[in-house]
Amino acid sequence: MTRNGLIRPDLQLVADMIEDGARVLDVGCGDGALLEHLKRDKRAVGRGIELSQAGVNACVGRGLSVVQGDADTDLPDYPTAAFDYAILSQTLQATENPKGVLSELARIARHAIVSFPNFGHWRVRWTVVAHGRMPVTQALAYEWWDTPNIHLCTIRDFLRLAETLGVAIVEGWALDGGGRPLPARVTSRWANLVASQAIFKLRRA
Amino acid sequence: MTTTFGSLSRVPASAALPGYRLTLGPETPLKLDCGVELTPCTLAYQTYGRLNADKTNAVLVCHALTGDQYVAEVHPVTGKLGWWEMMVGPGKPIDTGRYFVICVNVLGGCMGSSGPREADPKTGKPYGLAFPIITIGDMVEAQLRVVRHLGIERLFAVTGGSMGAMQVLQWASRHPEKVFAAIPIAGAARHSAQNIAFHEVGRQAIMADPEWRGGDYANQDTSPTRGLAVARMAAHITYLSESALHRKFGRNLQDREQLSYGFEADFQVESYLRHQGITFVDRFDANSYLYITRAMDYFDLAAEHGGVLANAFRGTTCRFCLISFTSDWLFPTRESRAIVHALNAVAADVSFVEIKSDKGHDAFLLDEPEFHAVLNGFLGGSAELAGIKAP
Repeated sequence: MTRNGLIRPDLQLVADMIEDGARVLDVGCGDGALLEHLKRDKRAVGRGIELSQAGVNACVGRGLSVVQGDADTDLPDYPTAAFDYAILSQTLQATENPKGVLSELARIARHAIVSFPNFGHWRVRWTVVAHGRMPVTQALAYEWWDTPNIHLCTIRDFLRLAETLGVAIVEGWALDGGGRPLPARVTSRWANLVASQAIFKLRRA
Repeated sequence: MTTTFGSLSRVPASAALPGYRLTLGPETPLKLDCGVELTPCTLAYQTYGRLNADKTNAVLVCHALTGDQYVAEVHPVTGKLGWWEMMVGPGKPIDTGRYFVICVNVLGGCMGSSGPREADPKTGKPYGLAFPIITIGDMVEAQLRVVRHLGIERLFAVTGGSMGAMQVLQWASRHPEKVFAAIPIAGAARHSAQNIAFHEVGRQAIMADPEWRGGDYANQDTSPTRGLAVARMAAHITYLSESALHRKFGRNLQDREQLSYGFEADFQVESYLRHQGITFVDRFDANSYLYITRAMDYFDLAAEHGGVLANAFRGTTCRFCLISFTSDWLFPTRESRAIVHALNAVAADVSFVEIKSDKGHDAFLLDEPEFHAVLNGFLGGSAELAGIKAP
């Protein structure tokens, strides 16, 4: 978070989906930029889970309630509907069990907000098809040998998983590489081709 | 209350120790978990900083097994700095310019609070083993009396390391409405089998000393200083880590060029431990050591709640911050994590930080900048929520 209160455009989009005073769990909260923003601008009651110890220490040092933990193993601890929102920002593709994590998010919160890089983006497809190489793009900024992203998916793949889990899409956005919304319906094949990433607000159907 | 029985115990008589005293008379006895009503009951405590007008800025510091109420001042017996001088004071993480800090010598202790070395009103002589068995819960109830005596309705924070962390958890579990923020450091919700085992070694060392006299040494002009020193030596190893011992001493020899081919303290680590043992007996009572280690052994917060730790915290409104240290094998990180899981299960407001350190369990007493920064940040954030003004 910058001094003047601006945060990354995709995080701002997350913030816009949340009402004042909401109870929020940010899974993979990093250094706490979003939590701090939600606390100040939305008077949200925020909690965080973060894998990296450096991130946790930074968060707690700035007065946020954050525990060191893992989305794959620690979500089952939380009681059902403990939060209004559970946020998983750019982390789903790095989990061991994305299906389990998504289902847990939908259980512990009224709404889940999930964002992820879109593996259906034309540049990704082009790199694989034309060059026969694994893609390295703005949204997927790792070489294949050091990427934490072990479960990449396209927007359509994600929609399919949500349907399988009985999770309804409340709203969604196709985003460009910088996290700004694109003028494309997120569920369309066009979005699956042009969006670098996507963000969804979900709830148990 | 004084001990004037001419025992050889080197710990000064409690009346000579500075600080505040609260004595609970027969009209307000302390009902102990073992069923005994303790009266009279004296509690020795120290305070630092100033209680604000609406009495909302009090921080209760709970000391560890061999700690005491002299948190942030020169110790009246040892002449050394207070045990948490680095943490408590003006401008320190527990800022006495902002908070009013209280520390009570635990029930069963030997720095002025009622314990086995104080006089039994029935006989006029030191209790010895006639002192009732006490628990962590009893220590907390005793502290609650002091807090009430000071007119404080709710503590802004309760914190402490090791046995202090056990007291913090007991406070948060029994009196959640009286605690805004709970910070258990390097602790556990129960004493492990290994930890009970280490304590038993220490107790046996004391009881095997012929001068212990069945616990009646204070009335027989003896003192089991050798047994107590051995107990301290064994325990001290558990407070460190292998890497810290290696870094400090390695296999270095003490004041000599070669091995003595005998049983003198050839190695620096032996000399260090002997020093730890010898100096300990000047400030600690052997029977107190038995009673307080027992209280820790008995501690099992889940057992008090049908075997489910989460039940100890159901509906809690406390803000928790748990802190552990990577090299602490006495109260390892997994113990703190078990508490975090239980708190998550009741959707409590919890933070949890593991600090990288090679200093073992004692890290909570030492200069660990990241630990201090985390505690400072957590307290600052909590104070903002609680509406406590910055100094």
